[in-house]
Amino acid sequence: MKLEGNDWFYSKEVKKHFMKPQKFLKNENEIKNFNGYGKVGNMKCGDMMEFWIKVKNDKIIDVRWKTFGCASAIASTSMLAKMLTEKKGMKIEKALTLTGTDIMKRLGGLPKIKIHCSILGDQALREAIKNYLENQKNG
Amino acid sequence: MKTIYLDHGSTTPVRKEVLKESLPYFSKIYGNPSSFHTTGLIAKKEINKARKKIAKILNCEEEEIIFTGSGTESINLAIKGIALNELVKGKKGHFITQKTEHDAVLETMKWIEKLGFEVTYLNVDEKGIVKLDELKNAIRDDTLLVSIMYANNEIGTIQPIKKIAQIIHEKGKLFHTDACQATEYLSINTKKLGVDMMTINGSKIYSYKGSGILFKKKNIKLTPLIHGGHQERGTRSGTENTPAIIALAKALEISEKEKKKENERLTKLRNYMIKRIENEIEKVKINGDKKNRLPNNVNVSFYGVEGESILLRLNEEGIRASTGSACSSQSLEPSHVLLATGLTHELAHGSIRFTLGKNTTKKEIDYTINKLKKIIPFLRTISSAWKKIKTKR
Repeated sequence: MKLEGNDWFYSKEVKKHFMKPQKFLKNENEIKNFNGYGKVGNMKCGDMMEFWIKVKNDKIIDVRWKTFGCASAIASTSMLAKMLTEKKGMKIEKALTLTGTDIMKRLGGLPKIKIHCSILGDQALREAIKNYLENQKNG
Repeated sequence: MKTIYLDHGSTTPVRKEVLKESLPYFSKIYGNPSSFHTTGLIAKKEINKARKKIAKILNCEEEEIIFTGSGTESINLAIKGIALNELVKGKKGHFITQKTEHDAVLETMKWIEKLGFEVTYLNVDEKGIVKLDELKNAIRDDTLLVSIMYANNEIGTIQPIKKIAQIIHEKGKLFHTDACQATEYLSINTKKLGVDMMTINGSKIYSYKGSGILFKKKNIKLTPLIHGGHQERGTRSGTENTPAIIALAKALEISEKEKKKENERLTKLRNYMIKRIENEIEKVKINGDKKNRLPNNVNVSFYGVEGESILLRLNEEGIRASTGSACSSQSLEPSHVLLATGLTHELAHGSIRFTLGKNTTKKEIDYTINKLKKIIPFLRTISSAWKKIKTKR
């Protein structure tokens, strides 16, 4: 019997992104490099996400995020950041079609009760895109 | 990696001495205590000896001890047993409890409400202590039972049991206390406490999981929940779990012997841990009462971070703790205990409970604090809530 096991509540991929999250906002000074911002969730529910996007020629070329929440909330925001930027960016059109299920698939699944966390990620992104488009309109 | 187990409030390992004492009762002294032959009678004799030992520790009579299958079962028996007494007569009645009870009490109370009984849930103050004037006013003519825990499982707050018993008895009512968390550390002298019923759980006192005791004064009649072969004087049928009963007696014996010394040691260690957290990590809140507190309980909320994240990062460092965050509950609601003490949802989400134990060392506490000092600032760096909290003073 193994006494020091590696049993973990989440998938390997969730653990990877939770322990080594990618593209979170390290420094407030970075914010000025981004032209879209979205925020969803609230502290009462225990999950709150902020998302910054940098759009050039209708393509999201860089992102940053901040998340208050559980491991799956942190991992799903980090995964979303990876999905958006891994192929040198993603067209806004395509980004708008991303769903919580897409994020969840890439994370190797989430426990049923945690699914709401990953849904927040794509909502934050949508808010950021909306904000970018409004900024464009208002010049 | 070495495991640092700081979750003794969830469960404890079985003590070596307890295991050794009870092992022969699996396959050597295996008889059914109800049997008429020698193999059964030997087991019966040993159970009686264990019951006698426990009765001495609880300062009660042997027949006032009912062995059950868990703390939860003992609580169910105490509450439903009283409710069913009335229900079979076609009557109903009133129960009193308080808001920071364990789910074993709260869910049982909710169930009897469905059966038509009325239940009053008393408020607690910000330290988690039940409001005595509210208790006094809540007792009615048709009150059947008051159930108030001895010490809280999440925040470690110790209730003024003797005063509570006095208030209840002045009105001639019955008092049950859930002593699952208190047994290992506080006096369990039932006469001094003045309780009418008391629940003990083997799993929290370095004994078996799936074992429990309900102390019940002999003049109290409980309608059984489990019917069958009339074991435990008909109150709890089912062949006695001899190894578990032997183990309970041994565990209580050792705990009584070591209680005073171990309390002093753990209190020092607990205070040391609290002090270091408060001094070395900014924006924290110690939950519960700093004085009326179990010697092994540290419950702390970290502003701007969520408990499950802390728990899982501690876990990666070999440290086992628990959290009152909604994220680790099935209900997606944060700890009802912390909310009842007036904590905001946000702080309840950011709570971590460390419950120390007999093998916990200062070195382990130092290791834990040093890891916390890395984990908390990192999680705050990625937290969308931290900046606002930090700048708000």
